[in-house]
Amino acid sequence: MSDKYRNNFLREVEEKVEEGHWVKMCMQCGVCAGSCPFGPHWAHPPQEIFMMIRAGKREEVLTSDSMWMCTSCYNCIVRCPRKLPITHIMHGLANYAHRLGIVPKNQPTEHFATLFWNNLAQTGRVNELKLSLGIYFRDGFAQGVKNAMAMQSVGLGMVKAKRLNPMELFGGHGVKDKSGFHAMLKKAREIEDRRKPIA
Amino acid sequence: MAKKTYSFYPGCSSQTKASSDNYLKSTNSMCKYLDIELKEVPDWNCCGASIGYAEGGELPRLALSARTIALSEKANPGMDLVATCAACWLSTREAKERMDHNTQTRNDANEALKEAGLVYQGTQNVRHMAEVLVEDFGFDELKKGVKNPLRDLKIAGYVGCQTNRPFGIEGESFENPVYLDNIIEAMGAEAVPYDQKVTCCGGALAFSEPEKSQKQIKDIIESAYDHGAEMIVTPCPLCQANVEIYQGEVNKRYGTKFNIPVLYYSQLITIAYGGTAKEAALDGQLVRSTKLEEIASK
Repeated sequence: MSDKYRNNFLREVEEKVEEGHWVKMCMQCGVCAGSCPFGPHWAHPPQEIFMMIRAGKREEVLTSDSMWMCTSCYNCIVRCPRKLPITHIMHGLANYAHRLGIVPKNQPTEHFATLFWNNLAQTGRVNELKLSLGIYFRDGFAQGVKNAMAMQSVGLGMVKAKRLNPMELFGGHGVKDKSGFHAMLKKAREIEDRRKPIA
Repeated sequence: MAKKTYSFYPGCSSQTKASSDNYLKSTNSMCKYLDIELKEVPDWNCCGASIGYAEGGELPRLALSARTIALSEKANPGMDLVATCAACWLSTREAKERMDHNTQTRNDANEALKEAGLVYQGTQNVRHMAEVLVEDFGFDELKKGVKNPLRDLKIAGYVGCQTNRPFGIEGESFENPVYLDNIIEAMGAEAVPYDQKVTCCGGALAFSEPEKSQKQIKDIIESAYDHGAEMIVTPCPLCQANVEIYQGEVNKRYGTKFNIPVLYYSQLITIAYGGTAKEAALDGQLVRSTKLEEIASK
């Protein structure tokens, strides 16, 4: 790809990234950056990411932790004068970088997002107890116990309010048709990989 | 009014002993008073929420919503599909929009659904419970059911993000939606104006980026307090959980002394309609609302 003079990163994004075909429509006004709740924490706000894509800065964009700062508040979408689905493009870029395996190491939102999907994909419904424990124990057992102790009052409060069930550790909620559910996800993944192959 | 029936998608957090167990209980009570019958979608699954994109990608994520809609269409034909969770509603409505507007997406989703013996037809509207209240009842109608008006109660209506953007309630402004304030006032309470009504609580990033999210939560509560609110009320399970649960952490981090109850509109309506504290699941709060409990015992 890099041996051609033509900038192909924009085309790559258009083909491989969810809603990526919108990127060329950005007019660089910066309303998205000003509307983002985590704006101060982005290395590159959305309009900068869009310009970098058009300038062919593939590595810089895809290894950036910027799009992992998206809280999915949709402020940028409703304010964008060009109606770009910015939230989805950011999700798409994050997903593409994740598929390519070039996300910065220990990116906490990538970790949580992966944990979340694997959690729901197992039984069809989220197991909130296992999800919380998964976050606490991401940096090993000792740190996990420490984290869990620090959040102990919250956890016990939730149990007391009947909003967290310790028994979720042994099974818990899920869909009945697990085989159908899993087969559906497998097929969806297959089609997705066919439509957007990773080179 | 005649009885209304909807196909119901409670979502993962609104299950027994899950994080918005109190939302489910109070919704059921509220619906009893409003003569609404909720027919739960059999075997519904998770919507993927706002964080499913990274590992789930596009089609697997859309397939999740397609399955729930397909099950709803099959079991509860002719009804609107109603969600109480903001993320469930948003993901499902978004999926419907994409499948309805893009034939390839729809065909792909149906190819995946076939593996589960299902088909997406696109025959149902996907709505949030707040839309049902505002559009199918209306504020005047909601007011009629009030038996125990919530007098002298100042409430910050916290709309948050996902029931407000990108879809929102028809006719409402993204920057200053007023439907929640109108519901609060219809119940006899006072909706205080404050400037963080549609501020993001950090959403799912409350887990992965706690410091950054807790700054958001601090801003929201601070503004509610400063404008005289005694309570925050919201239509979103993640807003409710984040703003309630992390108050202790925020206090540690910022030296604040926050201790403000965060409730659902369904709890408010249940109490105003003469329901008991138990029916409104007021015991499901980490920060108890003594004032609402007092009103409930009247």
